Amino acid sequence: MNAATGMRRVSVHRLGEVLLASIQQELTDSIAVALRQDLTEMAAAGTRGVIIDISQVEIVDSFLARVLAEIAAATRILAGRTVVCGMRPPVAITMVEMGLGLPGLHTARSLEDALALVEAGEVGR
Amino acid sequence: MTVAENGGAAAVADFLRARREQLAQQWADLTLFRAVHTSGRDVAVHAAHRLVDALTEVARDGRVDDVTVPALDQVRAALAQMIAARSQAGATPPQVAAEVAELKRPVIAMVGRELADADRGAALIAATDLMGTLRLVGMEISLSDEGAIVARQRRQLSEVATPVLKLWDRVVAVPLIGTLDSARTQVVMETLLEAIVDQHAAVAILDITGVPLVDTVVAQHLMKTALAVRLMGARCVVSGIRPQIAQTIVQLGIDLGDITTRATLADALEWALGQVGTSIGRA
Repeated sequence: MNAATGMRRVSVHRLGEVLLASIQQELTDSIAVALRQDLTEMAAAGTRGVIIDISQVEIVDSFLARVLAEIAAATRILAGRTVVCGMRPPVAITMVEMGLGLPGLHTARSLEDALALVEAGEVGR
Repeated sequence: MTVAENGGAAAVADFLRARREQLAQQWADLTLFRAVHTSGRDVAVHAAHRLVDALTEVARDGRVDDVTVPALDQVRAALAQMIAARSQAGATPPQVAAEVAELKRPVIAMVGRELADADRGAALIAATDLMGTLRLVGMEISLSDEGAIVARQRRQLSEVATPVLKLWDRVVAVPLIGTLDSARTQVVMETLLEAIVDQHAAVAILDITGVPLVDTVVAQHLMKTALAVRLMGARCVVSGIRPQIAQTIVQLGIDLGDITTRATLADALEWALGQVGTSIGRA
């Protein structure tokens, strides 16, 4: 990952063929854009799935929702499936009210479920 | 207010005090008193006495056409009791208003019959005003009662009508009952999503057996809820769709998108169990 920029980033871990991005801070626009770049770069090399854990994220606006959808679209082309897990109720309600359904994105309740979903390799929505 | 009107009010006050007994006897025979005090005529007469006395005080105060005078408080208390009893017995507000209006006739008839010519004109006006005020107070009470009932029922409905049931390990259900408006949808969505987090639910069943009609707005609310459930990482199934509702949905051209639907709650549960990897034998 590119630490030279000096900016706080979301660390992306590789677990075998799965990339795990666990967002442990409020997601600002610049962090989200950096995450998109990191994930798409890393996904290029033999990745079956990407998991984004957003259980610590309390606010998602239209821009972040779009970035999430773009990450999903890009990693689906490069790798396999992208699963967003642990969304909080207020975030879900806000996204629905804004008409952002994250089409094409898989969702899971917990990290465990998300891993199982990627391992199973079947479309679960 | 002119001197003549004040004189009329005073004359009415004197008249009411003098004819207290006769008037109470006549009122006790009217629907309002008879229907409320079913235990006996004596009780009705006693209640009528209280109302006559309260009205006498208002007339003595002089402002017979002012619904804000403090002297009306006693009238209000006496009337409120009777109106509450009548509406509990199932009388509609217009019925109750008509029953209150009935009290006017005996008063006017007696004033017209028994007062000397010199006093009669002013006294009739004052008595009419006084009874008009009584009627207004009655309507005021009916209206505020209705308002209170509506507010209470609305609150009860939103509290009671959105339980989230755990049907199986990781399967929750919301039985929706009544009309699904945006306020209810909001409450349902919030409670359901919280339950999904608490129970680690993988499947949420929305049962609409108790929803009387599904139009485009209701369908939109259902889709919103289903979408929010999906974002949370659970799967949503809508059950309890009656044949008529299925026809309405098709006729209105509503696209339920990729929402899974089942006819009955039992079917939905079976589907849900399949999703969480459990199966039960059919009897």
